[in-house]
Amino acid sequence: MSDLAVDAVRRLRSNSAAITALCVLLLLLALTLLGPWINPNSLQSIDWSHIAAHPGTQSAHWFGTDRLGRDLFVRTLAGARVSLSVGLVASAVSLLVGISYGAIAGYFGGRTDHLMMRVIEILGGLPLIFFVILLTVIFGRNELVLFLSIGAVGWLTMARIVRGQTLSIRRREFIEAAVASGARAGRIIVKHVIPNVLSPVIVYATLTVPQIILFESFLSFLGLGIQEPRASLGTLIAEGAAEMEAAPWILLIPGGFLAALLLCLNLFGDGLRDALDVKEGG
Amino acid sequence: MIRYLLSRLGGAIPTLFIIITATFFLMRAAPGGPFDREQILAPEIMANLERAYGFDQPIMTQYGRYLKSLAHGDFGPSFKYKDFSVTELIRQGLPVTLLLGAIAMALALIVGIPLGTFAALHHNLTADYATMSLAVLGIAIPSFVVLPFLGLLFGVYLHWLPVAGWEPGSIRHLILPTVALALAPLAYIARLTRGSMLEVLRSHFIRTAVAKGLPLRTVILRHALRPALMPVASYLVPAVASIMTGSLVVETIAGLPGIGRYLVQGALNRDYTLVLGMVIIYSTLLIGMGLAVDVLYVWLDPRARHLKGE
Repeated sequence: MSDLAVDAVRRLRSNSAAITALCVLLLLLALTLLGPWINPNSLQSIDWSHIAAHPGTQSAHWFGTDRLGRDLFVRTLAGARVSLSVGLVASAVSLLVGISYGAIAGYFGGRTDHLMMRVIEILGGLPLIFFVILLTVIFGRNELVLFLSIGAVGWLTMARIVRGQTLSIRRREFIEAAVASGARAGRIIVKHVIPNVLSPVIVYATLTVPQIILFESFLSFLGLGIQEPRASLGTLIAEGAAEMEAAPWILLIPGGFLAALLLCLNLFGDGLRDALDVKEGG
Repeated sequence: MIRYLLSRLGGAIPTLFIIITATFFLMRAAPGGPFDREQILAPEIMANLERAYGFDQPIMTQYGRYLKSLAHGDFGPSFKYKDFSVTELIRQGLPVTLLLGAIAMALALIVGIPLGTFAALHHNLTADYATMSLAVLGIAIPSFVVLPFLGLLFGVYLHWLPVAGWEPGSIRHLILPTVALALAPLAYIARLTRGSMLEVLRSHFIRTAVAKGLPLRTVILRHALRPALMPVASYLVPAVASIMTGSLVVETIAGLPGIGRYLVQGALNRDYTLVLGMVIIYSTLLIGMGLAVDVLYVWLDPRARHLKGE
């Protein structure tokens, strides 16, 4: 590790909020991944003797059951697995698209840059959620479309950040040296530009994951995302909100889980930003 | 100044036009349509329906027709809400959505800016940490989790406020939805204000103002606030976007008769004209907000007058 990275790790470790967030995050992740082995109930099975049961340790349903007698512990963790995988895959897509788009626009500059930024400006003219809704209207509601469309709209800010950084290093000597030694543009971008814009990229990527999880649960909440019988945290919250007067835990448990997840991701991302000393907004 | 604004307006109109065109053609390119039912209609009836809505014409003719009626303020008929035109639906719902959004925005600014200033003045003290922790909470937790929680607490348990529903002129029905809607932008504004206020407070002109013995209140209100609000001004457009997005779910949860639910319903029903109309309304609002922010910028930062006047 370079000195800079050691320095960043030291700064991160002295940030107690970020470290606590990371620990809680790892705990939630472990729970999400190991959930099926911890609790024997299955995702779909209906327990007729426990319909909308209270949470507690008396029965096998630690978080209670929903209106159909399905175990909430298992459903919440399964929902979290779906939400997290959407968050990670879609973030990876947006990362890939955003970095290449931004680096190309920033490196070539001039008319190419102008045109590429114009496209981003037009796409940015609408709230991102509207694009995703439009795309689900066009391609129908299925999960692949959901993954791709969220990823496809999540890259705008990343592209802007990478472009700004690229513009600022484009005139530096090491790029000039690479050009002088005859390297092709593609090679310079991959070998010299991208490694030098990594810290804002890492920070923004950490902050993209919670945003995308939020998007996904938002769409699922509205009935435009993940469909029954599959569940994500958004669909579980929608179910819970419908039952909240009679059985508030059906809302509180997935709602609390989502809130904790997003809070920890945000706190950790903020800590990372401070540690790597990246200015807000790139 | 005026030339700058005119050039911005000149940029906004093509953007809107491109959004309309792209949305129109993308939706027509999609397989399936608003007349798809579980029960398959007789081909003659399908043909009649398509003729009635002009779908039998070539797509360019339909596009031309749509633009022409749009220029007259007519968004076309809704396919699912029979007997209603999209224009009528917008006229009914838009005031509610605008009222909800405007109150939420005002709340975010009126609470967020003082909160951020307060945190900056108590930099690195408990008050600062407490405010900023609350802000992270506000940013992280989505409105569709906050609103049911608030409903549960203030509606179901305490019986102070209605959980959902709408009565014209009733402020009580708007309190919970606007609070839920305002929370995220409020927290973000507080954070932005704190950050920029800290920077401004370190600058020379503030030191001068303090040195000549002005009371703190005057220093903040007369000198520090205006430059510190620059980042907040550039956040206004994303804030409006966030409130618009939030209003989709908040209207659904709280049962408010705004236009947010039409977009969702329209998307579920493949109601082309309705979705198109909503996209146009929302992007016009957003682009209009962008122009308003440009004016605000010039007021906040006199330097912008020279830079942008050229």
